[in-house]
Amino acid sequence: MTDTTVLELVSPSALLKSEPVEMVVVPGTDGNFGVLPKHAPMISTIRPGVIDIYAGGKVSERIFVAGGVAEVNPERCTILAEEAVPVADIKADEAQARLETAEADLKAATTAHDKANAERALEIARAQIAALSN
Amino acid sequence: MASLKDLRSRIASVKSTKKITSAMKMVAASKLRRSQDAAEAARPYADRMGTMLGRLAAAVGGSQGAPKLLAGTGKDDVHLLVVFTADRGLCGGFNASIIKATRIKIRALRAAGKTVKLICVGRKGADALKREFGDAIVARYTGVEGKKGIDFSAATDVADKILALYDEGEFDVCSIFYNKFVSAISQVVTEQQLVPFAVPEADGQEEATGSSAVYEYEPSEEAILADLLPRNVGVQIFGAMLESSASEHGARMSAMDNATRNAGDMIDRLSIQYNRSRQAQITNELIEIISGAEAL
Repeated sequence: MTDTTVLELVSPSALLKSEPVEMVVVPGTDGNFGVLPKHAPMISTIRPGVIDIYAGGKVSERIFVAGGVAEVNPERCTILAEEAVPVADIKADEAQARLETAEADLKAATTAHDKANAERALEIARAQIAALSN
Repeated sequence: MASLKDLRSRIASVKSTKKITSAMKMVAASKLRRSQDAAEAARPYADRMGTMLGRLAAAVGGSQGAPKLLAGTGKDDVHLLVVFTADRGLCGGFNASIIKATRIKIRALRAAGKTVKLICVGRKGADALKREFGDAIVARYTGVEGKKGIDFSAATDVADKILALYDEGEFDVCSIFYNKFVSAISQVVTEQQLVPFAVPEADGQEEATGSSAVYEYEPSEEAILADLLPRNVGVQIFGAMLESSASEHGARMSAMDNATRNAGDMIDRLSIQYNRSRQAQITNELIEIISGAEAL
C-alpha cells in the first residue's frame, strides 16, 4: 500500500472531492507544485489551471480550476476553488465563446475595476483553452 | 343572519383559499429541502476559508502591512448594513423580524451619532425600509434566487459592490443581517460583522497543535491575505443568502401550514353553521305547513 494524502476540493456550492490520492499537482501562482504525503505545511494561491491527480504513477484525473487557494499540511491538501470542472467536461466551443466575451468585455471596460474583472476572465478562458490542448 | 347562499359561497371561497395555501406549503417544502441541501453543501468551503483566514490573520496580525479589510480604517463613523430579506411575502414573521432588528440597529447607531448606509438584498426589505431610511439605501438587489437556486455570481455582485464602496472609503464597518436557519419553524435573526474581518476565537485543541506548525506561504502572507479577504466577503454573503433562502422557505412552509389548518377549521365551523341554518329553515317551513293545515 502506497502512502496517500487526502485531497479535498471544495467549491463555494459543494464539497467536490474528499479522497486519498498518491500525488496531486497544483497550479500555484508562483508555479506548479506537487503535493506528496507528508508535505511541509504551506498555503498558496492558485492561478487558473489544471489540477493533476496521480494514481499508480500516472495522471488519473485532471480538473480545471479558475483560481483559489490551497492549504497543504502533512496529512491533507485542501483546495478552495471558485470554479472547478473536470477537463473532460470542458467544451472547446464554450471555452472559445468565453474567451471572446472576455475580450469584448476588456475592450468595453471603462473603470479600473471592470478592467481587472475582464482581465481575470480572460486569463481563466485562456487557461481553459490551454488545458484542452494538452 | 347570513342567508344559505351567502354561507355556501363563503365556504367555497375558504375552500379555494385552502387549496392555494396547501399548494404553497408543498412548494415551500420542496424548495426548503433544496435550499437546505445547498446551505449544508456550502458550509465546508466557508469553514475552511474561516480556519485558513484565522491562521493567516494570526500570522500577519498587528504588523504594519496588514490589509485594510483586516485592520479596518481605524474609524467607526460610517456603518454599512447589508439586509437580507425575501422578494416575496406570505412567509410569516420572516421579513418583519429582520426589518424590525435592522430598524432598531439603525436607530441605535443614529442615536450614537454614526452615519448609516444600507444595502438591501430582497425586495421586501427595500420596500419596508425605504419609507423611513430611503436616503440611506445605497444599493438594492432583487431576484437573487433564480430557478436553479442561488448562484455564487449573485453573491460576488453584492460583494464587489461592498468592496468598491470600501475602497472609496464610503464606510468603516460593514455588518450583515440575515435569518439564520435553525429548523423549519425556527429562524434566528443574526448580525455578523463582515468588514473589518473579525478573527474567529481560537477553538482550543485544533489551534494549539495547528499554530505550532510553521506554514510556508507562497507568494507571501500579505499577498495571500489580500487575495483571500475579498473572496471571504463573497463567501460570507453567499452563505448569508443561502441561510436566508432556507429560512424563507421554512418560514413560508410553517406559515402556510398554519393557514391551511385555519382554513380547515373555518370550513368546519361554516359547515356546521350552514347545516344548522338549513335545518332551521326546513323546520320553519314544516311549522308553517302544519300550522296552515291546522288552521283549515
